[in-house]
Amino acid sequence: MTTRRERLDAVGNQIPPLIALIVLWMLLWGEFSWLNLLVGIVVGIVVTVVFYLVPVQLSGRVHPLHTVVFLVRLIADIVRASIDVAWLAVKPRLVMSNAILEIQLRTRSDLILTWTAVATSIVPGSIVVDIDRELSILYLHVLNMHSAGDIERFRRRVQDTERRIVRGFGSREDVERMRGVRPADRRTQRTTRKGPS
Amino acid sequence: MSGVLHDVLTAVLILAGAVMCLAAGIGLIRFPDVLSRLHAATKPQIFGLMAVSTDVAINNFSVGTVTLVVAIVAFQSLTAPMAAHLVGRAAYETEHLRPDLLIVDELRDRRAAC
Repeated sequence: MTTRRERLDAVGNQIPPLIALIVLWMLLWGEFSWLNLLVGIVVGIVVTVVFYLVPVQLSGRVHPLHTVVFLVRLIADIVRASIDVAWLAVKPRLVMSNAILEIQLRTRSDLILTWTAVATSIVPGSIVVDIDRELSILYLHVLNMHSAGDIERFRRRVQDTERRIVRGFGSREDVERMRGVRPADRRTQRTTRKGPS
Repeated sequence: MSGVLHDVLTAVLILAGAVMCLAAGIGLIRFPDVLSRLHAATKPQIFGLMAVSTDVAINNFSVGTVTLVVAIVAFQSLTAPMAAHLVGRAAYETEHLRPDLLIVDELRDRRAAC
């Protein structure tokens, strides 16, 4: 009974990527017709079966408004940071000062961790160097960090991005976790966590 | 009037795209080490690409173009960070970086602590 249930869950988890593939197929053809839908379904199933991916645990929760807020903020960040990096490239007196930062995230979900990593590294000025999946830590190479204030500001920016993603489409559990820890005591939690290791 | 607005919008978007690509090229030459060059090489043209493709979508407005542009931007945005991460990680692991440019290196600290 449980095995059947598990198998059903596994199939259920494959459905959203399959739908995404079908939509992509129609996007690439540039028209939405029944024939395209039909061929899309066939191609989608073939791709899902042949290129089998490790199943991702989807959160099963989407908040459209918060997702839009996240995307708009992401685009705004990309525009602002692109201008910053472009200015840095042409600035007359160039003093390079970078940092590799360890940023503790609060989520425990692979999906949110991946999204946060992609969203922070799409914004110019930061590249993911390494990820600690067990502890949800991102190691980022960040451009143009001159002081402890810069670093603190950047840390907060990544954690804000994480919060926006979780609000958009994170699991209920993660939303609770975000709510539980206030930005102020986050730092104390960080240091106590770091202490014994 | 809308014709002028249209032209201005086109000019702004295309120029923004071009300036971003130029800045990426200059950054690639001027930045001193692999990791900082990666920033110049992979990022500003995401914005450049967004600007140019938005302009294409505005000038040939149809469902087909808009959806294709959305797909192009989405896939560039998803794949560029992966490429940057792989190169960055390889550069870090093989120590192709200049520690004198870093004010902190918490990854090294963490590994030293382990």
